[in-house]
Amino acid sequence: MLKVENLVKKYGNATAVAGISFSIEKGEIVGFLGPNGAGKSTTMNIITGYLSSNVGNVYIDGDEILEKPESAKKKIGYLPEQPPLYMEMTVGEYLNFVYELRGCNLPRKEHLDEVCSVVKIKDVQNRVIRNLSKGYKQRVGIASALIGNPPLIILDEPTIGLDPKQIIEVRNLIRALGKNHTVILSTHILSEAQAVCDRMIIIDHGRIIADGKTEEINKFIVDNRRYKVTVSGPQNEVLSILKKLPGVLHCEPLAERDGDAASFAIESQSGVDIRKAMFYALAERNYPILGLEAIGASLEDVFISLIDKEGV
Amino acid sequence: MFAIYKRELRSYFSSAIGYAFVAILIAMSAAVFSVTTLLSYTNDISTYFTVMLFILMVTLPMLTMKLFAEERKLKTEQLLLTSPVSIGGMVFAKFLAAFTVFFVTNLLCSVSYLSLFAYSEPEGGIILGNIIAITLVGAAFIAIGMFVSSLTENQLAAAIGTFFFLLVMLAIGMLNSFIPWYPVRFVLDWFSLLSRYTNFTNGFFDFSALFYYISVCFVFLFVTCRVYERRRYGA
Repeated sequence: MLKVENLVKKYGNATAVAGISFSIEKGEIVGFLGPNGAGKSTTMNIITGYLSSNVGNVYIDGDEILEKPESAKKKIGYLPEQPPLYMEMTVGEYLNFVYELRGCNLPRKEHLDEVCSVVKIKDVQNRVIRNLSKGYKQRVGIASALIGNPPLIILDEPTIGLDPKQIIEVRNLIRALGKNHTVILSTHILSEAQAVCDRMIIIDHGRIIADGKTEEINKFIVDNRRYKVTVSGPQNEVLSILKKLPGVLHCEPLAERDGDAASFAIESQSGVDIRKAMFYALAERNYPILGLEAIGASLEDVFISLIDKEGV
Repeated sequence: MFAIYKRELRSYFSSAIGYAFVAILIAMSAAVFSVTTLLSYTNDISTYFTVMLFILMVTLPMLTMKLFAEERKLKTEQLLLTSPVSIGGMVFAKFLAAFTVFFVTNLLCSVSYLSLFAYSEPEGGIILGNIIAITLVGAAFIAIGMFVSSLTENQLAAAIGTFFFLLVMLAIGMLNSFIPWYPVRFVLDWFSLLSRYTNFTNGFFDFSALFYYISVCFVFLFVTCRVYERRRYGA
């Protein structure tokens, strides 16, 4: 479906993308993961033909993006980081404009109705885009990427700036899209990629540092055991008890307090479950545990473990 | 391409800018026309057309300033450039939209000439020649304005930049004859929008000038496309 070969993009002396290659099969949902400034948006802009790379090729279903731009671009629906909306138009006018712009020849009314019901914007058809909330604007942007039913959909940070409810809706929407489309989305939130994607491509400083199925990438993550524990009792004493537990790598107090309870972040060596030992040690001193939760790994943790693994 | 043309036309009239342009141009042309012909007891329209040229220099940047600058600032150009439309098609569609607004307004302004026929017998041919000439000059101004607009994100900078660009081109035309060295004069003559225009106002229909204005349009539309091509390479 999509084949990217050795992309290099330089801005003056700065290298934004340093030789990225990958290919994506039909029907995959791929997460493009990396910190801000890793080259995610640049890569997406090259794939969609907005920017040109200095070196390398992009093939959309066999069509090179610069050699056959029109047929290649027809196969891509793209939502850039900032949805490209004309603020003075109504939602209906805008979608009709995109329909014509993309040279779409599906039956117009049925197709636009279908797209609108997929992203749930039917009720705002006649409103001017300027007056819509951020969440609705994002959905109108996604709708415009769906027009013409392109087989490849590319979404750049689709959930950024949305409230939690909207984030869940957009994630569900992406999963639904994955049934009939190939989807690439970029994000810097690991849990988002874990929740939605079949496969993750992790990039940093313009190159790919990991590429694999979500389960494979997850293996790097579960190795790390970190908890947040809330204990009722004097902070210093509890801290010293926790630190003495066998297998604890480090433990630090957190800023939050709840009455006489203090919270701590505690991390254990891999393969050691400290939870039971922690319970008995604290129970012995009559310091009840009020809360215990596992802290999910963040993107930074994955980076650290990946980079350690590579030995860079 | 047609979609972009339609959207541009609509956007002129969904904001104040399209109405402002039409109103200002018609009001100014009517005022200038009254002063230079009716109030001067003459049916000679050459002064009117020369003054109109300067009015277009000020008013046409209103139409061209936003064409690319706004899209770049709001990032909506990403939609256009990732759609199955060529850069040339996009540039030409925008040119046509601005030209359409100008052309129709110019026709409305031309109603003034009818008043001359009421009390004198003006040369219809000269009037027609001048209308064609001013249309072509306007088209060239629009192409230049689009080029300047493609260089910036700031609409006001685009408008002022276009005005000065046109002013310099006119000034070159006026000062050119003082340059003693022929090769320089020959080159600079290409930029001289004004010298060719005076032939028309003097009642001389100059086909070479016709081609000159059309070629100015094409050159600047082409350069605008190149600006976009180059920007894609991040240069």
